[in-house]
Amino acid sequence: MIAAQEGALTQIINDRQTTTGAQPTADLATPGDVAIQVRNLNFFYGRHQVLFDNTIDIYRHRITAIIGPSGCGKSTHIRAYNRIYELYRDQRAAGEILLSGENVLAPGIDLTRLRARVGMIFQRPTPFPMTIFDNIAYGLRVNTTIRGTELAGRIEDTLKRVALWDEVKDKLQESGTALSGGQQQRLCIARAIAIQPEVLLMDEPCSAIDPIATAHIEELMLQLKEDYTIVLVTHSMQQAARVSDFTAFFYMGKLVEFGLTKQLFTKPRNRQTEDYITGRFG
Amino acid sequence: MMPQRSLRMRKTVDRAVKAISALSALAGLGALVWILYTVVIRGFRSFNLAFFTQLPTPPGVGGGGLANAIVGTLLITVHATLIAVPIGIGAGVYLAEFGRGTKIAKLVQFITNVLIGVPSIIVGVFIYILLVVPFHTFSGIAGASSLAVIMLPVVVRTTEDMLTLVPDQLRESALALGAPHWQVTLKVVFRSAQSGLITGVLLAVARVSGETAPLLFTALNSPYWLHSMKEPLANLTVTIFNYAMSPYTDWQQKAWGASLLIMFGVLALTITARLLLRQRGEHQ
Repeated sequence: MIAAQEGALTQIINDRQTTTGAQPTADLATPGDVAIQVRNLNFFYGRHQVLFDNTIDIYRHRITAIIGPSGCGKSTHIRAYNRIYELYRDQRAAGEILLSGENVLAPGIDLTRLRARVGMIFQRPTPFPMTIFDNIAYGLRVNTTIRGTELAGRIEDTLKRVALWDEVKDKLQESGTALSGGQQQRLCIARAIAIQPEVLLMDEPCSAIDPIATAHIEELMLQLKEDYTIVLVTHSMQQAARVSDFTAFFYMGKLVEFGLTKQLFTKPRNRQTEDYITGRFG
Repeated sequence: MMPQRSLRMRKTVDRAVKAISALSALAGLGALVWILYTVVIRGFRSFNLAFFTQLPTPPGVGGGGLANAIVGTLLITVHATLIAVPIGIGAGVYLAEFGRGTKIAKLVQFITNVLIGVPSIIVGVFIYILLVVPFHTFSGIAGASSLAVIMLPVVVRTTEDMLTLVPDQLRESALALGAPHWQVTLKVVFRSAQSGLITGVLLAVARVSGETAPLLFTALNSPYWLHSMKEPLANLTVTIFNYAMSPYTDWQQKAWGASLLIMFGVLALTITARLLLRQRGEHQ
C-alpha cells in the first residue's frame, strides 16, 4: 500500500519527463528569478500562533506547490501574500514577504494595488452574482480606465486564455452563477488574470470540482506559468507531482522541506516529508 | 433478549403526542381563519367608491369615506420608511461589514435587540415628548418619526442577518481583485443579498402598518384633508380605534372596512416578501 503510493507518485514524475509540454522547467542550477521572498513569516489567529518562521523563495514563472496535511497552515501561508486575512480583525502576520523587493507586510502598502499584483483563486468557485461579462469586467473597471470596445476585447482575450470562450461566447449576458462548477472556476481564473497580476495564488482550486474539470485547470496552470508566477496550495500530492516545478511541504505551521518537485517526491531529505508522501500519516 | 417496554404503551404515547400537536396547530390556525373570516365578511360591506374617495361624515350622517385616513397612513408609512431604511441599512452594513466584532458593533447589536422588544406605546410617548410637546401640536412628522423608531431596529437586524448570509469567500474574491471594501459591499455583497434586503424592508413596513398606540401620541387623527405634515394627520389605525369604540353603527362599519384594508396591505407586503425570498432561493 505504502510502496504503491510512492510508486504512483514516481510514475507521475517520470511520465511528466517523457510527455511533452509538462516537463518541470526548472533545475537546481538555474532556478530562475525569485518573485517572492518570504522571510520569517509568523502568523497568529488572536494569540494562537499557526505559522512559525516560514522562509521560502517563490520562483518567477514557475509553479510552486504547497502540500501538507489539513490544518498545517498551507492556506494561511499564501493568504498572507495578498493580505486577504485582513478582512478578519483577529488575524495578524509578522515577518517579511518581499514582492519584487518590496515588503508587502509593511504598514504603508496600498492593499488595492497589492491585490491587483497578486491574484487569488479560492477553493470554491465564487462567481459574483452578475453576468459572465461583468464578472470579468469587475476587476478591470476597479483597477483600470479600460471601457467600451477595448473592455469587450480584453474580456474575449481573457476568456480565450482560459479556454472558456467557445463555451460562453453566446451567453456573456447570462449570470455567472449558472455555469457548471469547472466553468465557474475557469471564470474565476479569467477574472483574476484579466487584470494581469504578477502572481496567482491558488488555494486548492480543484477541491470542489470533478476530475475532468480538474484536468482542464491543471492544463491551464501549465500554460499560465509562462506569464504568471503560480503558488498552488493542494491537498493532492498527485496534483503537485503533475504540475509543479517546486514543492514545499508544510507540517504544523513549519516549512519542513522545500525543493524541486521531482527531488522532493523521489528523494525527500526529511523523514517527515518521506512519511507524508509515502502515506504513513496525513 | 433485553426486557422490552410494552409496545402498546409506546404506541399510545405516540398517538397522544401526535394528537396534541395536531390540535395545537388547528387551534392556532382556527383563530387566524376566524379573524380573517370576520374581518373580510364585515369589512367588505364598507367597500364602495365613497369609502376610498370621500371625507368622513359625522355620526348618523350616511355616506362618506376614509379617503383622508388612507392617504394619511400611506404618507406616514412612506415617511417612516424614508427615515428608517437608510439609517437601518447603514447600521446593518456597519455591523456585518466594517465594524464586525468591534465593541461598538456589539453595543449596537445589544441596543438593537432591546429596541426590538420595546413596547410601541413607549416609543409613542418618547416622540410625544420630543416632537409634540415642544411644537404644541400633534403632527404627521411626529407620527412618521415614531414609526421610524419602531422600524429602525427591525431593518438593522434583517440587514445584518442578510449580509452575514453572504459567504466571506465572495468578499475575499472581490477584495482579492483589488476592490476597496466599500465597493465590494455595494457592488457584490448588496447584489448577492438584494432580495433579502428588500424583504427585510417590506417586513419592517408590514410590522408598523398596524401600529396604533404610537400614533395616538404623535399624529393623532383628523377629519380633514391633509394640509401639511406639521399638522395632526388622519390615519387608518387611530380611526379604527376611535370608530370601533364609538356607539354609532355607521362608524363601526367603517372601522371594519379600515381593518380589512390594513389586513390586505400587510398581506400584500408579506406575500411580496415571500416571493422575493423564494426567487433568491432559486438563484443560488
